[in-house]
Amino acid sequence: MSQPFRLNKEGLINRNKKISFTFNGKKLFGYEGDTIASALIANGIHLVGRSFKYHRPRGFFGAGVEEPNAKLQVEFNGHSEPNVNATEMELVEGLSATSQNCWPSVNFDVGAINNFLKMFFPAGFYYKTFMWPKSFWYKIYEPFIRKAAGLGVASIEKDKERYEHKFEYCDLLVTGSGPSGLASAYAAAKNGAKVILAEDKPRFGGTLLTDDVSIDNLSGKDWAEKIITELKSMPNVTVKNRSQVFGYYDHNMLVMFERVSDHLEKKSKFTPRQRLWYIRAKETILSTGSIERPIVFGNNDTPGIFLSAAVKEYMKVYGVLVGKKPLIFTNNDSAYETALEFKKNNVEPIILDTREEHSSELIDEAKSKGIDIRFSHGVIVANGYKKVKSAKIGKLNKDKNSFEKIETVDCDCICVSGFWTPSVHLASQSGNKLKYEEKIDAFIPDKKKQHETSVGAANGSFTLEESLKHGFENGSNLSAKITETKTEISIPNVNEKKYGAHDKFWCMPLPKNENPKRFVDFQNDVSVSDIEIALREGYRSIEHVKRYTTLGMATDQGRTSNLNGLQLVSNIENKIVPEVGHTTFRPPFTPITIGTIVGREVGMEYMPTRKTPMHEWHEKNNAVFVDAGAWKRPRYYKLGSETLFEASKREAKNVRENVGICDVTTLGKIDIKGPDAAEFLNRVYTNAWMKLPVGKARYGLMLREDGIVMDDGTTTRISENHYHMTTTTAQAANVLSHLEYYLQIVWPELNVNVVSTTEQWAGAAIAGPKSRDMLSKLYPDLDVSNEALPFMGYKEAEFFGVPSRIFRISFSGELAYEINVKSDHGMFMWEKMMEVGKDFGNQPYGTEALSTLRIEMGHVAGPELDGRTIPSDVSLNGLVSKKKDFIGKNSLGREAFNVESRQKIVGLIPIDRKSSIPEGSHIVQDQNAKLPNPKLGHVSSSCWSVENNNPFSLAIMKDGKNMIGKKFFAVSPLKNKSIEVEVISSHYVDPEGKRVRS
Amino acid sequence: MLYIKCPYCGLRAQKEFSYGGDATVKRPNINEEVSSEDWDNFVYMRKSPRGKHIELWQHIAGCRQWIKVQRDTATHEIFQTAKVTEEIR
Repeated sequence: MSQPFRLNKEGLINRNKKISFTFNGKKLFGYEGDTIASALIANGIHLVGRSFKYHRPRGFFGAGVEEPNAKLQVEFNGHSEPNVNATEMELVEGLSATSQNCWPSVNFDVGAINNFLKMFFPAGFYYKTFMWPKSFWYKIYEPFIRKAAGLGVASIEKDKERYEHKFEYCDLLVTGSGPSGLASAYAAAKNGAKVILAEDKPRFGGTLLTDDVSIDNLSGKDWAEKIITELKSMPNVTVKNRSQVFGYYDHNMLVMFERVSDHLEKKSKFTPRQRLWYIRAKETILSTGSIERPIVFGNNDTPGIFLSAAVKEYMKVYGVLVGKKPLIFTNNDSAYETALEFKKNNVEPIILDTREEHSSELIDEAKSKGIDIRFSHGVIVANGYKKVKSAKIGKLNKDKNSFEKIETVDCDCICVSGFWTPSVHLASQSGNKLKYEEKIDAFIPDKKKQHETSVGAANGSFTLEESLKHGFENGSNLSAKITETKTEISIPNVNEKKYGAHDKFWCMPLPKNENPKRFVDFQNDVSVSDIEIALREGYRSIEHVKRYTTLGMATDQGRTSNLNGLQLVSNIENKIVPEVGHTTFRPPFTPITIGTIVGREVGMEYMPTRKTPMHEWHEKNNAVFVDAGAWKRPRYYKLGSETLFEASKREAKNVRENVGICDVTTLGKIDIKGPDAAEFLNRVYTNAWMKLPVGKARYGLMLREDGIVMDDGTTTRISENHYHMTTTTAQAANVLSHLEYYLQIVWPELNVNVVSTTEQWAGAAIAGPKSRDMLSKLYPDLDVSNEALPFMGYKEAEFFGVPSRIFRISFSGELAYEINVKSDHGMFMWEKMMEVGKDFGNQPYGTEALSTLRIEMGHVAGPELDGRTIPSDVSLNGLVSKKKDFIGKNSLGREAFNVESRQKIVGLIPIDRKSSIPEGSHIVQDQNAKLPNPKLGHVSSSCWSVENNNPFSLAIMKDGKNMIGKKFFAVSPLKNKSIEVEVISSHYVDPEGKRVRS
Repeated sequence: MLYIKCPYCGLRAQKEFSYGGDATVKRPNINEEVSSEDWDNFVYMRKSPRGKHIELWQHIAGCRQWIKVQRDTATHEIFQTAKVTEEIR
């Protein structure tokens, strides 16, 4: 099991630990510290995927985030993940990777026929072809495109991994641990600032790991290690590797994605897989470095063609040779370092330099080492299908638009360098308008927009000396402003090779009579000719060209293609690049998992669960719960094999005949205190409140300023300046905010305070004809007669030694009471009630029975108070005072609210007295009328009336009161039902309201 | 995510606040006659400026105070925050 392309000594991998994995089913091994990419290359595997549109064979191109091709489906730790970047994913024991976008296999892919049909797939192909006939879109085109598009397969299994979120604050966040980042973090840390240093890769140091430099007589790598060790020992510094800052948001908030355990073979149960950090930084250093850009030439996407710095990284970090017969194609000096590295490992490279013969430190060194350098040369076209075999090269003429002396040279890899593009993504996301720097043919950050400072290569400085100097200076100055401490640091001596000027050359001309594809964007298969077509067809704005050709729109966000695309557009348009402008950079910088974004907020943790103090009792007694906001409420208590329908009918019937108890803890409760409390309530509610005596409750209706009903509930005067307000469960929070708004902003002169007491009180309703008898047993020493405790009366009394509040109020329409005790005593109260209630036939009832009871009484609730109804719509105009002013009163005079035929609440019963009417049904005159069938109203609430033993519904219907006695249809296309109904009064049971007063 | 300085609690994340609309709208006085035009303006008519906007936020997961925030609606820059009893100029 030898690895044919692994060097013997070089690299930072751990050769003592072999890691086995599979690729497309084949068993392979690599070492700890390898990425999937480096392990595959060590094994001589280059063909890893097929391209998006033409299904052309593709191999690795980069060694990190810039990789456009090598996206794999990866299975590890029991889950499958699509589009994993093979150049970033670290090798872990048992990992299994497969190629995407190919069928039946990456070696023989049927879709590759597209490559031969490429003249039919130009830019805008989809837009042009799938336009007509229109009817084909859903059935033919859309499914076809769906099948052909996309890369990997998302898992349909539940993600069992743990993801976490973390909030952090710091003085200085440093994004990237290259030379400038290390220098900034170090200087700031020395000034006592709270520093976070984030590095995307597993190893710190950035280019210091691969460049042949020395700092203070240490190699770059050793210096980085020294600084990192010191930073890690400082309490004010957090150092994080495998952590990418991917987004720069408002008010200097940055978001970081930490890969906590993807590289671990074993981890503890509670170790998260990945972690999302929300970092609020006072200052941010963007030391994100730069990415090499390619030179465009014929068949430049053939496997075996790499960015030259990536090739160097494979040698120096992973000890891997990408090839043994390398061709190096460059327009600048940096690729010479790759050539020298090859030479050091006894591989003979050939350098093709687009520049005319000249001299520089690196060129001279290469020459002295006997490397074959051909100036004014370039690769015209690469030969080979699944792997590059040779290259047709030529000598460029003076204006570089044609060539002579064409020859073919054998090679097994081509290392391309078209100079460097600063990674300005985060700076741009912060709102920084970028500026074009002609010296480097790329954009760099302009004036600061937030608190971002770009240093080093990210700011266009490509020498180590400058990067370190900027890093130390900015780190020191920015932190000194915060900590008001300045520690002098001497800038270290640097030894680096001097680069000569680069050549402003980025695309090889086409050879005569040949038309090979020259790719600009590998991941989306956008070639030079596609951009030419887009421009020919009139697209001018770079944003339009981008969308029409999909240039730079793939998951790599055009890291290697954007600038070459811009150069092409500006050349054709005869504009300079800054006039063409750049497209928008958006977060995330690289794809991140959905799990990380979601974090722990899944399943039970999606939202808090609110339980009443009696919850355990409900659970033990077979309650089936329903969600009411965050609350869990018993919907019904299941006896034996009862259905919801049967149980709720039994429970409701028992309330009408005997007595039942219901947990009403979830109702919103607000304590209102202060000398102006009565005046405040008088303004908040539509009815009069000034004369409510102490010890009495009143039903109140609250409007919004636009006249729509906001909420209803009872409020009780506990003492002279103390009221207890109840709200519906759903509106509790809104009502509190509403009251606070008026007290703090509109009427600050009112001396009133409000506070939520929902959680402080446990509540139980006792309802039914026998409720008074039961109450007298619960309060043996209290006079609970109709005279002593009348309807809407209130008393405070001890409940078996526990202080309690008794309200004689009713939602069920029966004789009823509501008892409140402190939450801690809720369970005691409930169990006592169950015990005492036995003699009266008491049964607990849930929300379903509660609904039945209120619906047949015609009491309105959420479905009627739906944000579209005014008091008169729901027969509550009796509660609207004509004498006083209140919130929303002025709106009630609006014309539309007062037309004769306005919607009103009515009752509906099915003609057959059997068919239940689905809630949400529309009321229509003619069930067979042509669509759209005019809608006369809708069914808001439905129940089975236990009193009359037939279905009954409430509806909001146009001109409702005049419709009583008439017949209509309630149609529900959703349930495919149409039921003939008769309109009756909304008060189906006890319309005079005798029972509550009995 | 915005970083809002509550005049009572200090700098807090946007998550803790809820938005309350234009802070310059004045409710007509209670118990006083108001023309339907003035009332409609109060209930419905809001400007939607691009740029500086004085608005209400409630520190709902904090001190529960309503506060005034002067914010640029395009850039989200916050120029000033104040108690509702204070003026923002």
